[in-house]
Amino acid sequence: MEKFKVLIVDDELDFLETIVKRLRARNIEVSGVESGYLALEALDSSSPDVIILDVKMPGMDGIETLREIKKKKPLTEVIMLTGHASVESGIQGMQLGAFDYLMKPVALDELLEKVRQAYERKLIQEGQGSH
Amino acid sequence: MEREYYKKLRWEIILTILAFSVIPLLILGAVIYYQFNQSYYTKIMEDMKSMAENHSSSIDLFLDERISQLNSLAHTIPLEKLRDEAYLEKVFNIIQARSRSFLDLGIIDQEGSQLAYVGPYYALMKSANYKDEDWFHAVMSTGVYVSDVFLGFRKSPHFIIAVMVREGSRSWILRATIDSDIIENIVRAAWVGKMGDAFIIDSEDILQTKPRFGGAVLQPALAPDFSKATVPQAEEIAVNGDQGLFAVGIIKLKKWVLVIREDPRDQFTPLLRTRSLMVLIALGGVALISIGAVLSTRSMMNEMINMERQKAASEEMALQESKMAALGKMAAGIAHEINNPLAVIGEKAGWIKDLLKMADVSKNENFQEIAAAVNKIEYHINRARTVTHRLLGFARQMEPVTEILNINTVLEESVAFLENEARYRNIDIQADYALELPMTASDTGQLQQVFLNILNNAIDAIGKDGEIHLKTRHLAKNNEIGIEISDSGPGIPKEMLNKIFDPFFTTKEVGKGTGLGLSISYSIMEKLGGRIMVASEEDKGTTFTIYSPVR
Repeated sequence: MEKFKVLIVDDELDFLETIVKRLRARNIEVSGVESGYLALEALDSSSPDVIILDVKMPGMDGIETLREIKKKKPLTEVIMLTGHASVESGIQGMQLGAFDYLMKPVALDELLEKVRQAYERKLIQEGQGSH
Repeated sequence: MEREYYKKLRWEIILTILAFSVIPLLILGAVIYYQFNQSYYTKIMEDMKSMAENHSSSIDLFLDERISQLNSLAHTIPLEKLRDEAYLEKVFNIIQARSRSFLDLGIIDQEGSQLAYVGPYYALMKSANYKDEDWFHAVMSTGVYVSDVFLGFRKSPHFIIAVMVREGSRSWILRATIDSDIIENIVRAAWVGKMGDAFIIDSEDILQTKPRFGGAVLQPALAPDFSKATVPQAEEIAVNGDQGLFAVGIIKLKKWVLVIREDPRDQFTPLLRTRSLMVLIALGGVALISIGAVLSTRSMMNEMINMERQKAASEEMALQESKMAALGKMAAGIAHEINNPLAVIGEKAGWIKDLLKMADVSKNENFQEIAAAVNKIEYHINRARTVTHRLLGFARQMEPVTEILNINTVLEESVAFLENEARYRNIDIQADYALELPMTASDTGQLQQVFLNILNNAIDAIGKDGEIHLKTRHLAKNNEIGIEISDSGPGIPKEMLNKIFDPFFTTKEVGKGTGLGLSISYSIMEKLGGRIMVASEEDKGTTFTIYSPVR
């Protein structure tokens, strides 16, 4: 079992369910929520290390959720995931502190690799913070 | 139609310029010539008139002198002495010594009998009696008489002057014969130029001197009748269709008229020369103006056509850009809508694959089939993903962005778009990319548009079965990247080679090409700080070389 906790935020339930199942099958501690609000709640209750965040969601969208996450827990790493390749939202996400920006569909292994890298960065930054 | 319009406009401008410059020029020339002609004509006429006056007064003066001579002779020497022919001869010799014009002298009494005579016709004249002659009566009544010219016994033109003297109750006459030569000489001096003529006529229009051309003494004159003229005058008169300039002077003592005739061709030669010169200058001026009008109009029209073309091209380009932008937006929308379900399918397939790894499932007899199917699904998801990602890439490129890029990659992507089309037409695309190409700041989308345009043209030029060679290299000298795109098509004829970057130039069928591709590509490369060169050989192919600066 890997040491990090992952939260997946996506309004596409089929996608959400499947990816959660697949990650759990790989012994990763993962939970999934279907909106930005629920993501913020989960942030408080389970404090995930890495959040995979869909950009385009009804209600509170990815960029807004990212902003809130960074406000509440700046050290939480966020990987943006989208079916849309708008350069602006990508740049905006990176400026707001997202770790990376991936386009759907993405191979699970690729995604997992990014998650690991994000977690490593988190560890480094936490280490610096504790000094 | 457009060409017709420009042609018409061009002629309108040329004709307007010509009208507004040639008409004043011609009017100016005509007015100056007319004025010059008038004053020249007047001057010639004045000259002729004064010449006629001068010569007629010379003749008057001559006659007057002769009369005075005779008068003073007759009044100073008494008749008794003059009757003596020896004395008369002495006197004759004295006056002849001063003036050779006297031919003879005679003394006549009031009955008309010759009292004494000195001269060459002594025998004939000695006993002559003049009492029935007109001139005798005339001199008896007026005191002085000058005859018209006659031939007389001498058969040479001469005339007589007679003066009457009263001595107490009787009168006598001193008569002298005068040679016409002197008068002829005075008149002859008025023969001007090669065609000028001058002669004297009496009051009956009978010639008193021999004219230069036509007619003889005592014959009617062949010129218009001026015998009734009383004042000097000058005019132009046509005689038998021949223009002649005539001037007359009055000889007052004898009511003779001196006629001077001149040929206008002689007199007006300078005027005619001036006229030819003016016509020549006017023609030269008109020619210069015409050339100027045509040349300036041509350059003006070219400028106009160019401007119009550029305008049309930039409008077309703007339209093209907005079209591409709309297309980009649509492509992005489609890609997004497809990517989400694709992601779900991908995850589901991945989940199936995960499940297949579990031990109990692998024992299922259909395990292999399921695994193969899932792999196929993943393969095709990947394929669809390539398409949507390319579409999104295309959409992104519609927005002008400067980014650090590798030209090889951009070219590769552009080729990927056309690979299917090329394969379809059996066109082999061979790439020779420089391995160590420096990265450069440029615009992927714009570069791709240029590459696509030229590649498309290459494919169209080949049609079927052929080769396209791609080559990239770094040119250290100018620090730029050269991209060569060569096709094995039919090539571009030399005369068209310098037109291919013109807007709306196309060799494709109507409706197939806008004729803007290369023009747009050219301006894109200019905007990106690069350029496009073309080399072509008929039947061998065409090579476009795109130069992009390394920045």
